[in-house]
Amino acid sequence: MTDVHDLGGRLGLGRIEREAREPVFHAPWEGRVCGLVNCAIGFGWIPIDVFRCGIERMDPERYLRASYYERWLTSLERVLAEAGVLARGYRPPPRTAPAGFERAASAPPRFRVGDAVRTTPRASGRHTRLPGYAGEKRGVVAHARRAFVFPDTNAHGVGEQPQHLYTVRFAARELWGERAEPRASVCVDLFEPYLEESTAEDGCDGA
Amino acid sequence: MAHDHDDEHDHAHEDPASRALALRAEALEALLVERGLVKREAIDAIVARYEHEIGPLNGARVVARAWSDAAFKQRLLADAWGAIRELGLTTGAENAPIVVVENTPGVHNVVVCTLCSCYPGALLGLPPTWYKSPPYRARMVREPRAVLRELGLELPESTELRVWDSSAEIRYMVLPERPPGSESTSEQQLVPLVSRDALIGVARAGAPRE
Repeated sequence: MTDVHDLGGRLGLGRIEREAREPVFHAPWEGRVCGLVNCAIGFGWIPIDVFRCGIERMDPERYLRASYYERWLTSLERVLAEAGVLARGYRPPPRTAPAGFERAASAPPRFRVGDAVRTTPRASGRHTRLPGYAGEKRGVVAHARRAFVFPDTNAHGVGEQPQHLYTVRFAARELWGERAEPRASVCVDLFEPYLEESTAEDGCDGA
Repeated sequence: MAHDHDDEHDHAHEDPASRALALRAEALEALLVERGLVKREAIDAIVARYEHEIGPLNGARVVARAWSDAAFKQRLLADAWGAIRELGLTTGAENAPIVVVENTPGVHNVVVCTLCSCYPGALLGLPPTWYKSPPYRARMVREPRAVLRELGLELPESTELRVWDSSAEIRYMVLPERPPGSESTSEQQLVPLVSRDALIGVARAGAPRE
């Protein structure tokens, strides 16, 4: 897997093109793919994290050229085959899994609102929800969000391993340096394993 | 490529690449139907729901209520789904948690998903293509003021910008500022002033009609 999908902060991708009176689907097949993905995840054939990871495993040039629903279709074909869903005799799992993404965590939260934190480096080559631009940066916990399925493990078939989630606020200058726009910050939802306590030496100006 | 076609203007589904994708989608659906894993009618229903039922109107109704009812707004900001259910919008446990962030004269919020295209679908429907495009995902976190200006929203230099990168399963929706001059506008008349773009944070809510 490359990190082509990890687009935050990347330069040189051009202008944002907007389409007037855009239809919900541009062609009938897009709606079919949207429906199939809804079923695949809703019926419990594959977790959403596996589906997202399938998109991220696309050839990077193809990823950037592909339309949104082409990415969806490409991942769906691949992860359904890998999960055995397309095999003769596949039986869908019983609907016993809890719905949604919130779960009980095995330990109390390590951080509280107002804590200064520092992020770990972004793991490369596997599924993670720590954006690269927010790796190894200092921020402040703005909200503590209870515990959720941990995509980093769930996408790779090693379980939900629920983790506490926090909204961490980073000053634009911390993320982008001296040339950052003034009076701007980015709030990112980060799982506890991405975070370490920030030492006093790290300093932190919050916003 | 697409421009080889001379019939009308090219529609996306008429070019060869799109035709190939349509065939792949049909093959996958046919196989899943044959195996008894899914019914075509179930897919039809999902498509119809996105095309006709779920859309930014839901988010607009929530905003119009929040502008009209201060207690509702407080409940919305504290526990969005709890408040949203009061409007009769149904939600299941499979819906991602929603957090509503409020614009004020001093703070402007805007939503993006840099890693994929997460979006508060239950309230806004499916995201527009520009929201899912690499330039928006790349640039909004790095140069929000420049991107907003490019999209037609000029904010005072003194306004603080807060970008929300939807990197986990929480979905964010912006509560835009109530338009000036709309103080006596009824809740029902406020709804059409709230565009999808205002709920993402790339536009202001519209001005009331004279």
